[in-house]
Amino acid sequence: MSIRAELKYKIMKDYGAPALMVLQDFKRRKPRPIPEAFGPPLESNKRLKEILSRHYFLSRYTPGVKKVAWVTSGAPVELLRAFDFYTIYPENHSALVGAKKQGADYCGIAEGSGFSQDLCSYARIDLGHMLSGKTPAGKLPKPDLLFCSNNICQTVLYWYKAIAHELNIPLIHFDAPFVTTEQTEADINYMAQQLQDMIPILERVSGRIFYLNIFEDILKRSMETSKTWGAILDAMKAQPAPMTIFDAFGHLAPIVSLRGLPVAQDYYHFLMDEIDTRVTQGIGAISDERYRLIWDNIAIWYKVRFLATFFAERKMNFVTATYTNAWAETTGYLDVKNPWTSMAKTYGQIILNNNLKHRLDLMKKMIKTYSVDGMVMHSTRSCKPYSVGQFDLRKTITADLDLPAVILDADIADERVWSEQQIHTRLEAFCETLEGSKHG
Amino acid sequence: MADLYFAGVDVGSLSTDVSIIDHSGKVLSEIVIPTGVNGSEAAEEAFGSALNLADLTREGITAITATGYGRASVAFATGKTTEISCHGVGAHQLFPRTGTVIDIGGQDSKVIQIDSHGRMLDFTMNDKCAAGTGRFLEVMANRLELDLDELSSPLNIKGESAPISSTCTVFAESEVISLLAKNTPREEIVHGLQRSIVNRIWSMVTSIGVEGEVTLTGGVAHNKGLVALLEEKLGLTLNIPENPQTVGALGGAHIARRAYQSNLESPTN
Ligand SMILES: Nc1ncnc2c1ncn2[C@@H]1O[C@H](COP(=O)(O)OP(=O)(O)OP(=O)(O)O)[C@@H](O)[C@H]1O
Ligand code: SF4
Ligand SMILES: [Mg+2]
Repeated sequence: MSIRAELKYKIMKDYGAPALMVLQDFKRRKPRPIPEAFGPPLESNKRLKEILSRHYFLSRYTPGVKKVAWVTSGAPVELLRAFDFYTIYPENHSALVGAKKQGADYCGIAEGSGFSQDLCSYARIDLGHMLSGKTPAGKLPKPDLLFCSNNICQTVLYWYKAIAHELNIPLIHFDAPFVTTEQTEADINYMAQQLQDMIPILERVSGRIFYLNIFEDILKRSMETSKTWGAILDAMKAQPAPMTIFDAFGHLAPIVSLRGLPVAQDYYHFLMDEIDTRVTQGIGAISDERYRLIWDNIAIWYKVRFLATFFAERKMNFVTATYTNAWAETTGYLDVKNPWTSMAKTYGQIILNNNLKHRLDLMKKMIKTYSVDGMVMHSTRSCKPYSVGQFDLRKTITADLDLPAVILDADIADERVWSEQQIHTRLEAFCETLEGSKHG
Repeated sequence: MADLYFAGVDVGSLSTDVSIIDHSGKVLSEIVIPTGVNGSEAAEEAFGSALNLADLTREGITAITATGYGRASVAFATGKTTEISCHGVGAHQLFPRTGTVIDIGGQDSKVIQIDSHGRMLDFTMNDKCAAGTGRFLEVMANRLELDLDELSSPLNIKGESAPISSTCTVFAESEVISLLAKNTPREEIVHGLQRSIVNRIWSMVTSIGVEGEVTLTGGVAHNKGLVALLEEKLGLTLNIPENPQTVGALGGAHIARRAYQSNLESPTN
């Protein structure tokens, strides 16, 4: 660790990043006018943007100061935090590229190097970034370590292997057995053991020693943060809902990528306060909420604004989603007294590692408790584990709960997978069914 | 209540169709023309022809529903509804016991479930790819140097069909090319293509289920070979409208009529 690098990092943290924020504020053009269909925007948006810009900005001053790890969204990152890794989430970065409608460009670079178009676009964008150095975040640091878990999909393992091979760096894989019915003792012990076996490797890569008390503090913070996130989502049961799920897609970023850090913990307290105030004052995310919807699967990042406006104009609000719920669903298992087995329970049972029956029951419960009138399922070309089974889920849910539903074929971040006309017709027909079912 | 007329204008990806009805629902005229490159011009032209045929003037039409992909480009319409709802209503008018509508048009195929009033309950649609639609058949007809009539001539459905396994238009085309290179008889290839569409429709049908009578709409209902295969696969007899391409326009006309009449009845209006 060089003193010079460390000093530079500190200066950037204390002065550089705040200066950047001021500059960004200054550069920001006139705010886009908010269409009438929406309620007042959340104050927290600005804070969120600051936190994320700052995180990406500071990352370029890490060389010589902090070890950098690239981590998948479902990996037990708390363990890495105990070694003070600076974490970058390629999935989050790819979503950012997708939201800027640059996904096809990055995917093209990966495809040009021989990666298949059928590969998840998060992976293709990340590989495109690695191969070209391109990023909308200025510059990303090279990783010293890769950390992935197949609790979200098998793709991440092969994707991270490709990076490990290219950069010649260590890769740690947390293997989470799929929950076909229930988690077994053997599964839990197997995962708990893996976590403990990682310690010597993490000590070697980070050059730091593992302290259990530090780890416990991080775990506690992570639990508390997820709980707040869960409470924020819960507040969307209010009618009108204080935010839309499209807002939540954005406010999800800290719980995914900064989980376990004080900055995320503070942020969600801030957001919770604002949400609470809105609920008390009856302020809705859209000006006239007549229909309440559930979203299934990851966001269509390049069409968030389009979809938000389309539905708000029709007085429809998304009040819950399986996606945003994923970072609140299983963290209740975390237990500082049993760190290893409780982590195994938390990370082994997340929605994508759990069976369809579980998902069906969960969705039915969400539909009831959030007073949902209709369901939109995004069948995404990229994410097989999330999209397989949707037709069956839809069939059962529409039949059992008499709920109108529509499936949209699109992608999370590759904007080439979008057929405007077809989607429009589908959405309008869905709205026609919904309006017919509520008033007919 | 005399002299009230209603129209539906369906600007589809391939054909623009108009239907004019009177207040009792009687059909006065129906028109089908190619959409071509300009949807709003096609709508004007088809509407003009339908008015002539019914011996009516533009001012004589009380309300007009636009539907189909080009629905936004119909400047003279008084309302807009998706073709999915319109096909449901249209099929219900022609065959009141319809519970399921299968519409196979130029670029989309849809399976629609309707209730006993013709209101849509649920629907499913093909994805972005054109396989399983009329356009797919046209591409293949072109490759086989057949016209649409030849492509749809009824076949001995017990006959052999060449295997076309691909669910993608581009891949299917190359399969056809290699079958031709192997001197496979064209009838067998045609049969294989029809079967591949039927299989696609079948998977959509199973995803939402069959209720009541099944009515087939859209231009592909003209394809007799395909209809026979679809009936065989579903194990039932399909209702085939005399004019399958205008069912959406007919539904649109009825939606315009219903909206007008319920406005009259509603005391707030
Ligand atoms: N005489 C015919 N014989 C066989 N097939 C026909 C005939 N006429 C039309 N078709 C088929 O019907 C298709 C067009 O159907 P239709 O007019 O219902 O489409 P559309 O409504 O314009 O399309 P969409 O609803 O997808 O926008 C053509 O692609 C062709 O395959
Ligand atoms: S989007 Fe799906 S396939 Fe892609 S990394 Fe995430 S879980 Fe895996
Ligand atoms: Mg049509």
